[in-house]
Amino acid sequence: MTFPLWLIPALPLAGFIVNGLLGKKLGKSFVTAVGTGSVGLATAVAFARILPFLSGDHAPVVERIASWISAGGFSADIALRLDPLSALMTSFVTFVGFLIHVYSVGYMRHDETEAGYARYFAYLNLFMFAMLTLVLAQNFLLLFVGWEGVGLCSYLLIGYYYDRQYAADAGKKAFIVNRIGDFGFLLGMFGLFSLFDSLDFDRVFPAAAADPAKYAPYLTVVCLCLFLGAVGKSAQVPLYVWLPDAMAGPTPVSALIHAATMVTAGVYMVARCNVLFRLSPEAMGVVAVIGGVTAIFAGIIAVAQNDIKKVLAYSTVSQLGYMFLACGVGAYVAGMFHVMTHAFFKACLFLGSGSVIHAMGGEQDMRKMGGLKSKLPVTYRTFLIATLAIAGIPPLAGFFSKDAILAGVFEHQRYVLWGIALFTAGLTAFYMFRLVSLTFEGSFRGTPEQEHHLHESPRSMTAPLVILAALSVIGGWIGLPKVLGENADRFGAFLSPILLPLASAADVAEHGLSGGTEWLLMGVSVAAAAAGLLLARSWYVKQQGRPAEAIAASFPAAYRLVADKFRVDELYDALVVRPFDWLARMLWKVVDVLIIDGVLNAAAFLVELVGDLLRFLQTGNVRNYALTLFLGLVALMLFVIGAF
Amino acid sequence: MIGSIPLGDVLLASGALFTVGIAGALLRRSAIAIFLSIEVMMNAANLALIGYGSALGTREGQIVVFFVIAIAAAEASVGLAIFVAVFRHKETIDVNKINLLRW
Repeated sequence: MTFPLWLIPALPLAGFIVNGLLGKKLGKSFVTAVGTGSVGLATAVAFARILPFLSGDHAPVVERIASWISAGGFSADIALRLDPLSALMTSFVTFVGFLIHVYSVGYMRHDETEAGYARYFAYLNLFMFAMLTLVLAQNFLLLFVGWEGVGLCSYLLIGYYYDRQYAADAGKKAFIVNRIGDFGFLLGMFGLFSLFDSLDFDRVFPAAAADPAKYAPYLTVVCLCLFLGAVGKSAQVPLYVWLPDAMAGPTPVSALIHAATMVTAGVYMVARCNVLFRLSPEAMGVVAVIGGVTAIFAGIIAVAQNDIKKVLAYSTVSQLGYMFLACGVGAYVAGMFHVMTHAFFKACLFLGSGSVIHAMGGEQDMRKMGGLKSKLPVTYRTFLIATLAIAGIPPLAGFFSKDAILAGVFEHQRYVLWGIALFTAGLTAFYMFRLVSLTFEGSFRGTPEQEHHLHESPRSMTAPLVILAALSVIGGWIGLPKVLGENADRFGAFLSPILLPLASAADVAEHGLSGGTEWLLMGVSVAAAAAGLLLARSWYVKQQGRPAEAIAASFPAAYRLVADKFRVDELYDALVVRPFDWLARMLWKVVDVLIIDGVLNAAAFLVELVGDLLRFLQTGNVRNYALTLFLGLVALMLFVIGAF
Repeated sequence: MIGSIPLGDVLLASGALFTVGIAGALLRRSAIAIFLSIEVMMNAANLALIGYGSALGTREGQIVVFFVIAIAAAEASVGLAIFVAVFRHKETIDVNKINLLRW
């Protein structure tokens, strides 16, 4: 029997409902069983659907569940779609999501009250539901439901420690910044509907592909609007500011939502719309440049951060930039490949950092760590593997995906962006090994109590680390470069029906990279990674950070600028937040208090004044009333007989 | 019997009676005197009704008068009860001195 597709998002939704309504009463064991069990079952169902799909002809499967909206000429169904792209996303979202649920059991169990624990798992399950709806949706509107749903869960989980001001603020910041992107996404959808009279993938994309000349002039605007949505959700310049602050949430949340899955939704959406984007070279150019700028910008900031999660957060922003760079030059397969491998190694890194923070009793400052190698052996080894993977050391997963991106950028003759990407690759290796060196090497720099408290995390936390580390090693082998064999790139072949290559086969034969160039590019990227790695080892392990301090001391202004994250938050504060604050104050003090309240008070005052004058008519003397009555009667009679 | 008196004379008497009643109601200060004046006005109206009824040769005028008398009796009892109650509080029924309900 084949399971229906709707079961995949419905299981976590059921988990959310049960945990949200009953979790507080039924205790932690029950919440654990429902929370992880529902996602585990969803993972099982997802793989039960996807594994047969892999061996078939990869024809898209659409399962319509219900008619949702039907108004005039517009209709949208609740329909789910299984094709190579959504199969890829669903497989790693469910699997990594399940591992992180398991990890969360160990991470959250001791610190939280029963109510907090139930709330945590309820939100996490709701997130899984929304994310799976997003990736499985058959039309833009249902995708948008998932898109908003993950945004909501992100807000709820960033603000999980709602009694701490910074966490509540970070949640609001994430939500508000995402609204800007969502606004663009909505405009993009309106544009698509006005062009194609439909939001269904199977109607929009074939229509655009069938008649490019008709739609191409309008698609630049539509694609840029859609990309604005991706910029917000996937934390690209200039809307990346929410992601580093989002680290205020629990660490497994950072791993699941703010590294592995939700933030890649933007890349997924752009890849899904590749038929539209390829018709607009201008929009593609914007995507590539934004991606490249974000990659290097966030990479530079990461070098000067001391909070272990902040480094990883900026690293995530930088890697997401990489993915957009790939999409922007047309190497969609490379971009999606990096989405997948990044989910493995970045989830592993975040969960590893969670294990470190857990052992350190909540401390996140790397300057107070050091020497944890012997105390946390499993965490150290898995963290090291994931770091090698993100740095792009062969034959780990990150090497192949990053190399595919670099080759794709080079192939499309975007040499400046290629240079930026290559430099960022070296930078990534440098800051990641700075992180590893500061955290795990050298001697312990925290307090004696912290040192006494150090311990390896429980099995439920280390097991996901080991699995993710293993995937960080082997995850890249499904997409080997062409030089290693004509059929080595099974990943690309699998996705090619959805993510068509930008150039035709004849163009590739003419301009495509020769085997020698490809080997050379690989060598250069490994050299950049190795250079960053060795420099960081030499500075932070052998010389204990002295060269870095010396450089910081000789360029104090530049160092402060980078350490302060280029003061972008301050800039936005001055340009956006404070003017809005001022405007709101004006509306309050002037428009509301002065004008609106003033008009009301004046009207009330006038009525009171007239009443004050007229009340003297009420003498209380019956004879006055009788006289008035009589005079009135006389007047009435005179009127009736026509005297007036 | 009333049929032998011309309608104009009856209406004249009724109008005179009504005027006396209005003057009394407006000018007297004693609540009982005002009350009596109102009864006079009502009977002036009754007189006019009977006069018209007999001039037109119908019964309705007289029937309405019976209703008026019955209601006037009820009204008189209510009015007098109010005066008794007011007197118990104020020790007077001079309407100039009963002016609590004012600004």
